[in-house]
Amino acid sequence: MSEIPSELKYVATHEWARLEEDGTVTVGISDHAQSALGDVVFVELPEVGLAIADGEEAGVVESVKAASDIYSPITGTVCAVNEELDDRPEIVNEDPYGDGWFFKLQPDDPESLGDLLDSEAYAEVCEAEDH
Amino acid sequence: MPDKTPLYAEHLSASGKMVDFAGWSMPVNYGSQIEEHMAVRQSAGMFDVSHMTIIDVTGAQAEPFLQRLVANDVSRLAQLQALYGALLNARGGVIDDLIVYRIGDGFRCVVNASTRSKVLDWFTQHSPAGVVFQHKPQVMLAVQGPLAISKLAAVRDIPGLAELQHFYAHEHERWLIGRTGYTGEDGVEVMLPEADGVALWRDLLEVGVRPAGLGARDTLRLEAGLNLYGQDLDEAHTPISSNIAWTVALEPSDRDFIGRAAVAAEVANPTEKLTGILLQDKGVLRHGQTITTEHGTGVITSGSYSPSLQGSIGLARVPQAAKGECHVDIRGKYKSARLVRPPFMKNGSPRYKLDVNN
Repeated sequence: MSEIPSELKYVATHEWARLEEDGTVTVGISDHAQSALGDVVFVELPEVGLAIADGEEAGVVESVKAASDIYSPITGTVCAVNEELDDRPEIVNEDPYGDGWFFKLQPDDPESLGDLLDSEAYAEVCEAEDH
Repeated sequence: MPDKTPLYAEHLSASGKMVDFAGWSMPVNYGSQIEEHMAVRQSAGMFDVSHMTIIDVTGAQAEPFLQRLVANDVSRLAQLQALYGALLNARGGVIDDLIVYRIGDGFRCVVNASTRSKVLDWFTQHSPAGVVFQHKPQVMLAVQGPLAISKLAAVRDIPGLAELQHFYAHEHERWLIGRTGYTGEDGVEVMLPEADGVALWRDLLEVGVRPAGLGARDTLRLEAGLNLYGQDLDEAHTPISSNIAWTVALEPSDRDFIGRAAVAAEVANPTEKLTGILLQDKGVLRHGQTITTEHGTGVITSGSYSPSLQGSIGLARVPQAAKGECHVDIRGKYKSARLVRPPFMKNGSPRYKLDVNN
């Protein structure tokens, strides 16, 4: 069973979002997603400054096996990307909720985070996919 | 429900991530594809390939039958020798690739899992009286890597194993052990009864042979420049444009194998070729991506990340004259790449260095 921290918010496309103290939102992919993808070898991240809508393509994560799109969970402007992933994409597998984060957004509306799935609802999404 | 091989329970207990492959539930990896890949390059790994199709061909007409169907010439085979070849349609397109062993008065063919019913139908359609062929399900275990032979010798006393030559087989009790593989490393493919297969798996696991899944099998064969049926080989292309012209025996000239005329015409006037490609930019080459060369466009037939070269490699079908620098369309971005001759690995070392632009 994959790890699904209860303090995070999720979307059905397997990204997680975390509201930080400075008002930005950090985005990554879930433990379930990294496990399904297998060894991550390349991550294409959005440009800093890009305005992006929720559900819009924000990048691509490539494992040895396949390429998979990354979608933005909320609407906002990209304010930082995890440059560490350029040299060490494997940290997505090793620490998907920590060092393996993808990008940070300045949200248009911080309240919109409330519309995302909580950990229980996301666990059901994963459960349904496994069967 | 997909079929299960006799080793299914072993895969589950080794934490195999099972996927549906050609109607079979097979392990894609047991945790990390890259680690499994490197285990085969550096020590030894084992693959359950029991889903592949074993067909024994016997009878007085067995040899002429296979000489008609296989583009390589099985009459060249010594006792217990194997060859790699292709079954062609009348247009020279590849119906399947296979390994043929000469055993006693007959032959054993090993064809793909994904093509089983197609090949059995093709055999039925072309078999004259005096040919008997039978699909023979068995455990087939590929033990591959520089330590494969010593690991196998550590768990089973098999006289003659160490001396077994490449592409020769050895009969041991009810086993057939071929010094063959799909990884570019030394090793064997063992065909054996079900109960023996499960016991052998467990004993090899015990001496540190690492279970490796379909994922590692794909990246290993790609580094070794070996084709995968359905991607690099298909019915629309001949062996000539699939980098396996060497498997077509045009001599003797009076051997009338199916597809001969089409293949001979292409040998005289080739228009495209299958070759290797190195991505010199960030990203990963994948099946179906378009290539632009100075001589026209081509397509990636297989692409992946190469754990040994630590970058992306692939096989590509391009115009005959194409060589050197080219570009690949990856999600609308043109990335620079270079056409090279496969294989990418030889004797356990990379033949090319990847210079990825930053």
